[in-house]
Amino acid sequence: MRAQASDVIVVGGGIMGSSTAFFLAQRGLSVTLLERDLVGRHASGVNYGGVRRQGRPLYQLPLANRASAIWRRANTLLEAEVEYLQSGHMRVCYRGSDRDAAAMEQYAIDAKEYGLNLEYLEAPELQARFPFLGPEVMAGSLSMEDGHANPRLVAPAFARAAGRLGARVEENIRIVAVEKVADDFRVESADQRQFRAPVLVLATGAWAGELTAQFGEPVPMTSWGPTMAVTEPVSYGIKPSLGVYTAVAKESVYCRQIPRGNIIFGGGYKAPGYPTTGHTRVRPQNTLAQLEEIRRLVPEMGQLNIIRVWSGTEGYMPDGQPVAGPSERVSGLFYAFGFSGSGFQIGPGVGETLAELIATGATPIDLSHYKLSRFSFA
Amino acid sequence: MGGADVDSAGPATPRVVVVGAGPAGVRCAETLVKAGIRPVVVDEGRRSGGQIYRRQPENFTRPYAALYGSEAAKAESIHRTFDSLLEHIDYMPETLIWNIADNHVYTVCGNRQRALAYDALILCTGATDRLMPVKGWQLAGTFSLGGAQVALKSQACAVGSRVVFMGTGALLYLVAAQYAAAGATVAAVLDTSALWRRVAALPKLLAQPRALWKGMLLTASLYRARVPVYFGIRPVAIEGSDDSGVAAVSFRDSMGKTRTLACDAVAMGYHLRPENQLADLARCEFRFDQPTRQWLPLADRDGRSSIDDVYLAGDGARILGADGAEASGELAALAALEDSGARVDSSRMDSLRRKLVKLQRFARGLNQAFPWPAAFAAELVDDTIVCRCEAIRVGELRATLSVTGSREVNRTKAFSRVGMGRCQGRYCGNAAAEIIASDGGVAIEEAGRLRAQAPVKPLPVALEKDS
Repeated sequence: MRAQASDVIVVGGGIMGSSTAFFLAQRGLSVTLLERDLVGRHASGVNYGGVRRQGRPLYQLPLANRASAIWRRANTLLEAEVEYLQSGHMRVCYRGSDRDAAAMEQYAIDAKEYGLNLEYLEAPELQARFPFLGPEVMAGSLSMEDGHANPRLVAPAFARAAGRLGARVEENIRIVAVEKVADDFRVESADQRQFRAPVLVLATGAWAGELTAQFGEPVPMTSWGPTMAVTEPVSYGIKPSLGVYTAVAKESVYCRQIPRGNIIFGGGYKAPGYPTTGHTRVRPQNTLAQLEEIRRLVPEMGQLNIIRVWSGTEGYMPDGQPVAGPSERVSGLFYAFGFSGSGFQIGPGVGETLAELIATGATPIDLSHYKLSRFSFA
Repeated sequence: MGGADVDSAGPATPRVVVVGAGPAGVRCAETLVKAGIRPVVVDEGRRSGGQIYRRQPENFTRPYAALYGSEAAKAESIHRTFDSLLEHIDYMPETLIWNIADNHVYTVCGNRQRALAYDALILCTGATDRLMPVKGWQLAGTFSLGGAQVALKSQACAVGSRVVFMGTGALLYLVAAQYAAAGATVAAVLDTSALWRRVAALPKLLAQPRALWKGMLLTASLYRARVPVYFGIRPVAIEGSDDSGVAAVSFRDSMGKTRTLACDAVAMGYHLRPENQLADLARCEFRFDQPTRQWLPLADRDGRSSIDDVYLAGDGARILGADGAEASGELAALAALEDSGARVDSSRMDSLRRKLVKLQRFARGLNQAFPWPAAFAAELVDDTIVCRCEAIRVGELRATLSVTGSREVNRTKAFSRVGMGRCQGRYCGNAAAEIIASDGGVAIEEAGRLRAQAPVKPLPVALEKDS
C-alpha cells in the first residue's frame, strides 16, 4: 500500500497538534494531522479553559505571551467563536499562608520583566473590589490581560481552520508504528494506513510514551484526570477567573463564570487517568472535597447546584512541566506533550513556535527548558 | 453477587441496594426480604409507589378507585406490600443517587451525602415521558403527560382549565381520560399516530387482551365525555406569549388542514423513555433497540446487566409497563439471589419469564400502534427551541452540524450545548439525535447515545458529608 506523503505529519489532535497543523498550513506546508479519537476530545477539550499566564515558571512566559497574542485574535484567525473572554485572572491565597502571599508578591515583580503585568492586592481592599471572595482570602494577584475560553471549541476550530488551508485531518485513526527510514518518517495506523513525511510532530498527550519509545526516548509520564464541575446558570457576577495558590492539594480549586451564567470549577484532588479507554471519570469523593473548598473561595456558591461533573485524560511529567521542541536524538522529530494540566493557554503559542521552527529552522523562543533529556533516565 | 465481606464479624449477608420504590423496586425488595436479606431501598420519591402508583400526600384521603381507576387493586397491593416491608428494609426516601463508583452508590438527601457499599445493585429507575419538541413548547403551561398526571394524582389539581393532550401512546389516552373524569375540560386529544396503525398492531396487542380492553374503554370514555380526538395529526406550534403562557395549539389534521384550538395548557408525550443514567454510571453496556429507536442497557432475560453485581428491572431497563415492572423486579431479585448462591424457585423464575415474553409482545404492539414520529424531528422549523435548559434552537443545532461536521450526539453536545443543561438531555436527547441523524445523513444508531454524567439530577454545592 502506498504511503500518503506530506511535508509534515502531526500525530495528536489536541490543542498542541491542531494549532501546530494550522500554523504549518498557514506557512504553506502540506500537513497531515492524525487523531486517534476526535480532535480536542481529551485533555484539550475537557480542561477548565483557563487562559492564564501567572503561576507558570518564568521561562515559560515568552511562549505564554506569544499564545496570549493568538488568543486575542483567535476568533478572526480561526473564523470561529472560541468564547475567549479577557476578563482577568486572579490567584488568591488564604490567611495563614504568608509564605504563599510573599511568593505571589515576588512573582508579580519578577513577571513584570517578561511583560506580564500583575496587580498585588490585599484584604480588605481585595474583598471590597471582589465582594464574592470568602473572608479567608488574604491576598490576590490579578492579571487583567488574561481570562478564559471554551476548551470544547478551540482545538476543533484550529483543526477546521487547518483543513481550510489544505491540511489533511484524519480522526479515529490510531497510530501504532513510527519509524525513520532514510530521510522520511513512516507512520502506520492500526487499520494499516501508511503516511510518510520528512518531519514528524508527536503531540500525543497522555499517550506520548507509546510512540516516543519507538525512537528510543521513553517518557516518564503518568496520567491523571481533572475534577471538573459546572453549576446551573446564575446572574453574571464573577468576572475574573480565580484560582487558589496553595501547596495543599485539596485547597487548590479554581473557578470561572461565563456570561450565560454557569460557573465552571475544578481543582483539588485528581482522578487516576485511563488512557487505554480514554474515559477517565471523576471520583465522587473528590467532588465532595472540592465542594467544601469552592465554598471557602466563594461562599455564595453554597446556594447553587452543580449540574454536571466531568474529567478527562491528561499527561503529567514528573516535574509537572512540558516537553516541547526538537528531539535531541532524531532529526526531523518534534515533541509537544506532557503539559501536566497546564497546556490550554500556552497551546497556540507552542503550535506557532513549532511551525516556525519547522518551516524556518529557527525561533526566537528559547526552548532549552522544554527538553526531554532533563529526565535522566536515558 | 459475590464479593461480600466475610471477616471476623462472621459471614455477612450480601449488601443489596435497590433503587426505586415503584412496582419493580417494591417486588424486588419483597423478594429479597423473603430470602432473608435486608436491602437498602433508595427512592427519589417522598412516598413509595413510583410514578404509576404515586401515592397522594398523607393528609389526602381520596379512595384507591378514584385515584387509580382500573388499576386500584394493583396500586393498593404495591402500597400495602411496601408498608409491610418497612421493618425489614432500610428505606431512604427523598434520596437521589447522584453517582456510582467502585461498588458504592453516592446518595444525597437534602444536603446530606452518604456513600453506601453494595454487593448487588438492582436498578428499578423507571421511565419518563419521551418528548418531541414543538415550536412554543417552552411556554409556561406546557407539561409532559407524566407531569400532568402527577399534578392530578398527587396534588388533585389540573395543569389548566382547558387542556390539549398531544403526542401518542397509551398514556396520552389514560391521562386525558383521567382529566376528563376529574372534571377538567379536555379541549382535544391530538394523536400523531393514524388510527389504522392500531388495527395493524392488533395481533400483538392481543397478547394482553385485558390491557387492550382497558385501552378501548378509555377511548370510549373520552368519546362519552365528548372530547374531540384527532388521529394522524402533525403538531405545528404551541401558541402564546412569554408573559401569559400557552394560549392555543395549532396542528395539521390528517387531511392536511391546519386547525387551532384555544387552551391554557398542553400535556405532551410520545410514550416513554427509560431512565437509565444510573446504569450508565455503573458502566453497563447499552444496545440500540431498533423498534423503539432508543438505547437500552444490555440485560439478559432475568435482568443481569453487562456488569457483575448490577441488575436491571422495570421500565428503566425496557418499557413493559407496570405489570412488567412487578414481574421483572421480582425476577431480577431472584437472579441476584441465584448468583449469590442462594436456592431459588426456578419454576417461579420460568413463570415470570413467560409473563415478560408476553408483555414484550404487547409492548411491541403498543410501539407499532403509537410509533415515535421520528420524521417530525427532521422537519422542525429552525426557530423551534430544541434544548429547553440551554435555550438552543433547532437552527443553531443545524448550523453547528453544518460547520463542525459532527455526526454524533456527545460531540454535538460539546459544540452546541444541546443536552448540556440541567436535564442532561433527558428531555431533548431523543429528538436531538433524530435531527443529527437526518441532517447528517447517518443512521440514528450511528448518531450514538448521550453518555450520562454525574450528578444524575442537580446536586447542592452546600453538600455535607454524613459519616
